[in-house]
Amino acid sequence: MIEVRGIKRFYQVGDQEVRALDGVSFKIEKGEYVSLMGPSGSGKSTLLHCLGLLDRPTEGHYLIDGRDTVTLNEEEQARTRRERIGFVFQFFHLVSYLTAFENVELPLTLSGVPAAVRRERVEVALKRIGLEDRMDHIPDQLSGGQRQRVAIARAIVTGPTVLLADEPTGNLDRRSGDEVIGLLEELNASGITLVVVTHDTDLGGRARRRLRLADGIVVSDEKEAS
Amino acid sequence: MRTVDTIGWVARVLLRHRLRTLLLLLAVSVGVGAVIVLTSLGDSARRYVMDEFRSLGTELLIITPGKSETSGSGPSAFLGATARDLTLEDANALRRSSAIKAVVPMVIGEANMSHGGRNRQAPAVGATSGLLELRHWKLKQGKFLPEGDPERAPAVIVIGEKIRKDLFGAEAAVGNFLRVGDRRFRVIGILATEGRSLGMDVDELVILPVARAMELFDISGLFRIMVEARSRDSLDRAAEESGVILRDRHQGEEDVTIVRQDAVVATFDRVLSALTYTVGGIASISLLVAGILLMNVMLVSVSQRTGEIGLLKAIGSSRRLILTLFLMESGGLAFLGAILGILLGLGMNEVIGAYVPDVTLTPPLWSLIAAPACAFLSGIIFGLMPARRAADLDPVDALAGR
Repeated sequence: MIEVRGIKRFYQVGDQEVRALDGVSFKIEKGEYVSLMGPSGSGKSTLLHCLGLLDRPTEGHYLIDGRDTVTLNEEEQARTRRERIGFVFQFFHLVSYLTAFENVELPLTLSGVPAAVRRERVEVALKRIGLEDRMDHIPDQLSGGQRQRVAIARAIVTGPTVLLADEPTGNLDRRSGDEVIGLLEELNASGITLVVVTHDTDLGGRARRRLRLADGIVVSDEKEAS
Repeated sequence: MRTVDTIGWVARVLLRHRLRTLLLLLAVSVGVGAVIVLTSLGDSARRYVMDEFRSLGTELLIITPGKSETSGSGPSAFLGATARDLTLEDANALRRSSAIKAVVPMVIGEANMSHGGRNRQAPAVGATSGLLELRHWKLKQGKFLPEGDPERAPAVIVIGEKIRKDLFGAEAAVGNFLRVGDRRFRVIGILATEGRSLGMDVDELVILPVARAMELFDISGLFRIMVEARSRDSLDRAAEESGVILRDRHQGEEDVTIVRQDAVVATFDRVLSALTYTVGGIASISLLVAGILLMNVMLVSVSQRTGEIGLLKAIGSSRRLILTLFLMESGGLAFLGAILGILLGLGMNEVIGAYVPDVTLTPPLWSLIAAPACAFLSGIIFGLMPARRAADLDPVDALAGR
């Protein structure tokens, strides 16, 4: 479960203060499927970065599984990112010289998980995204859709609380995009909390809960009765 | 991250950028190698000189006329610094001391010598029979200067091998006459070749009785008196008694300088050690240059790998882990370079040794430790700034490639 309380994020650009987030509050329960939508400049990227602990809010609180992350030091934040948050990026961000297996293994390696345990968990993750036969390929030998699936495997291999997807289909053709969305929804169905940031209303509309941002505040929060 | 994984990661990065890695290894190893080779040269020179001195024996005293003084005032400054000559009588008087085993009065000059139609210039040493043993020289043929009263020594001469060749050629030298300056000397011996002994080439030397040499050069004072003590333990007493005897003979004036050979050895040791350190220090500038190069390359590497660093942060690397990874990279490079540098330095020593057979180059232990340690340290120190830069990258900006 994650919860944001009155998050504000201001930037100083020259003489001007940019209020990227101007007091955002909401709560996402475990297993929810939420889309964050809004035009560019609405603050959705900033919010995503705050949710992913890549950016620190100027004000407000952000709780993951009941624990306030704003007061954590850098080291503890890094650990929280490692253990509780899975990222899926628009541009995949796979390490080009590592194989699919090694890319998925990376978060576990950084966490100091022993090699034998890593192998087992990576194989499970790769099986789940259906690319176990491609594990020795480097990203250049994979299609866009396959790369994004490897990135998803990397995001879920640590068993995170929440999966943050930033325009996950933005760099894919329609078919691969549908495949990736199908996979993300499948994972959500099996219990992972999923937050998708997009400006694509078709994609955003698939979520059971839709948060819309504009000018740094939440302008609508629609929930589908499930 | 586990240590083994950290090392694996760094090894992977280094292998991925093979050319970069090789060039940096080259830079560091050349630096370390240079320090090792140059300090080896310096230290080997020091050991060579030490051995030469020690082979002459360290129970030697060297007495020279005049007192070395540093004071600018006092009566001597007004009276002028004309020192009293050291004479043959002074030398003879020294034999009274029971601590003294041998006394060799010496004068040195350059003389023109001729035989038949041939003539040449050569350094001439005036000495007594004791010189041969004192200097550990050997004779190839004939006899050395005769023993007995040096004042009444006959006009005989002992010559070096090269002098013999130049002046006598195929002719028999021993028993023959040689003209030195305006006098005739009978050749009684030829020195055995043993190369250079502390700046004096034995091959190109002639030795004649000291009294004859003084007449030849028309001088009244000795150049120096070499004194050999009975043993190392009696060296102090020999020095003291020499001082007393000469002071008594010089109306109570202390106007000679007595230097102990071991003091000279110690001075040479200090000078040559200092030289070695200096040369090593100069060579270690190349380590500094290698360090700067390393920093440069690491900075470029950080900016090239911005996206990767951003990703590592996003998936949970702390600032410290990024710092560690980059420090391990530069430190690892420096470490490997240092090891290669040791091998390179020792290899160069072997090569030099092969070309110059007389020289065996062995690096001093301190340089074997200090050179790689400096290289490693410079890898860490110069790696710190790039590693910091990587660690401080903002993950959002880094992921966006900014």
